[in-house]
Amino acid sequence: MAILVDDGTRLLVQGITGREGRFHTGRMIESETKVVAGVTPGKGGGDFEGVPIFDTVHEAARETGANASVIFVPPPFAADAIFESLDSGLSTVCCITEGVPVHDMLKVSDYIKMTEATLIGPNCPGVLSPGKSNVSIMPGDIFLPGNVGVVSRSGTLTYQVVNELTQRGIGQSTAVGIGGDPIIGTDFIEILKKFEADPETGCAVMIGEIGGNAEQLAAEYVQREMQTPVVAYIAGFTAPEGKTMGHAGAIVSGGESTAEAKSEALRRAGIRAATNPSEVAELVAEALGKA
Amino acid sequence: MDLYEHQGKELLRQYGIETLEGIVASSPEEAREAAEKLGGTVAVKAQVLTGGRGKAGGIKVVKSPDEAREAAEAILGMDIRGHTVRRVLVEAGVAIASEMYLSITVDRGAKKALILFSTEGGVDIEEVAEHNPDAIARLHVDPLVGLLPYQVREIVFAAGLEGDTAKGLGRTLTNLYRAFEGSDASLVEINPLVVTEDGRVLALDAKVTVDNSSLYRHEDIAELHDVEAADPQEQRALEVGLQYVKLNGDVGILGNGAGLVMSTLDVVAQAGGEPANFCDVGGGADAEQISTALDIVTSNEQVKSVLFNIFGGITRGDEVARGLLSAIERTGIDLPIVVRLDGTNAEEGRQILAENTPKNVHTEETMLGAAERAVELARNGGR
Repeated sequence: MAILVDDGTRLLVQGITGREGRFHTGRMIESETKVVAGVTPGKGGGDFEGVPIFDTVHEAARETGANASVIFVPPPFAADAIFESLDSGLSTVCCITEGVPVHDMLKVSDYIKMTEATLIGPNCPGVLSPGKSNVSIMPGDIFLPGNVGVVSRSGTLTYQVVNELTQRGIGQSTAVGIGGDPIIGTDFIEILKKFEADPETGCAVMIGEIGGNAEQLAAEYVQREMQTPVVAYIAGFTAPEGKTMGHAGAIVSGGESTAEAKSEALRRAGIRAATNPSEVAELVAEALGKA
Repeated sequence: MDLYEHQGKELLRQYGIETLEGIVASSPEEAREAAEKLGGTVAVKAQVLTGGRGKAGGIKVVKSPDEAREAAEAILGMDIRGHTVRRVLVEAGVAIASEMYLSITVDRGAKKALILFSTEGGVDIEEVAEHNPDAIARLHVDPLVGLLPYQVREIVFAAGLEGDTAKGLGRTLTNLYRAFEGSDASLVEINPLVVTEDGRVLALDAKVTVDNSSLYRHEDIAELHDVEAADPQEQRALEVGLQYVKLNGDVGILGNGAGLVMSTLDVVAQAGGEPANFCDVGGGADAEQISTALDIVTSNEQVKSVLFNIFGGITRGDEVARGLLSAIERTGIDLPIVVRLDGTNAEEGRQILAENTPKNVHTEETMLGAAERAVELARNGGR
């Protein structure tokens, strides 16, 4: 099964001719992803490593039957690229781009509620279901097919944790980097719900960090609704405290944005919480009865 | 990016929000002249990018130009939560009838703009939120639809205002939302928003934070960035697209991705060490950036060893290795450097390092192992 992307995923790459687009398209193809189209306005008609390039997403989707897209376009154009994918009927849109303006994302988040699509990111590493589909910038060779679902706000920390799992011989069903920006398309809870519903996922790993209160909300959800065991890890215990000027942010999140507060909430919800990435793998092994 | 009060007020004025007349002064004499020009009672207010300046003695209300000079003398150079006061805002006085609180921020959970309003302004609003949450009205604004007139009315009625004053508050809220949206702010906060004895609605303070990712379309705001106030190394890092924050320990840390770097800091602390900094080279860093980052990290005199923790995704191991070698060659850094490379092109990177290993570079396979090694090397003296 896996979630979000699998062997039925027909991927379209927005910004395929840019430096990052070219590099990662090559790697996604190497890890057996069906990359069916690329889009770069003005470069339609050409191809990249055999993948046809189109001027617009509408045209590309119509010609190739693409059902998912991954976005590598620069920040000023990223929201527009997301809207273009949504309006072309793609069901999974993954925005890798870092530095998308928050107000652009507010509008995107509002709009996407009127569609059936799932947006992952922005500022995220993407989604990878080992052996099935790689819609990401994650290094495919550290993954192993298996039954652990990984969801994370951080990119490289995801690789670290996946690597620790793989080295212990524990494979993954799907790894999802939801992104680290203030406004993201899909949050922890929505991904955890998908893992809970996925018969192939036997354990979920949630990797959080300081800022906001998404981890606390997820902890409540886990306690209330999930049967699948969950292992969590929060980074940022020694992180420098960001300077905050106003008070509105603190009122909104209720002062819950520190690593301590998040870990405490996880413990209260009875979730196994690791103190470093290696311990995540140990706790997963324990949860799966493989320790 | 945070704006100073006087900059925030300038921005609010552009959107039609009323403030008091004020003059920025960077010396006691300038403050005296400003007070003379404004006449009567004035407030001398420290301009710092942090809260709590009132409690720290950074705001003084004075009755004469000479007193204004004395107040500025006391306030300029003052340290408020680690921020040195280099300018004061001298502002005209006003007779206040009541104080309110008004802000608009981004609610991450709801993915909408959130208006917070309270008639209990001018005080510690977080305390109000904790002890009397009902005193704060909360209203979400749908970003595609924008602020609706009925929402403005709800706030005005909640304030219990009438007549021209009610209209004044309504106008202020409408304009504040325009400012929030128009300047790509992640926070606009007015505390206090006052009603004067003659019924006007004025912003007595302004805290504005503009989303850094949007500065490319706000050149006028980007120009306000106070280069002098920033730590010189943090400033240099910013200019080349790195995130650097100086801390107090002796293990220099360099990594890619905020999460991994934070995790590295935590693991160093768990290994008994103290991180000297946070440094995220970001996604897709090239050799040049890596080299600059190493330079910045090692320019901190306290650093005794450096931990290089890279798990490549968009960042490539070979670029990292080349950057590291060129930095060492260029600067002659002889501090012990522990390198841990994994992920994209890590094999190539390790190969490059293996062929040219300078004697102060140590490679480790795991993150924990690398952290322990770096802590041990720092303990043994480093440079």
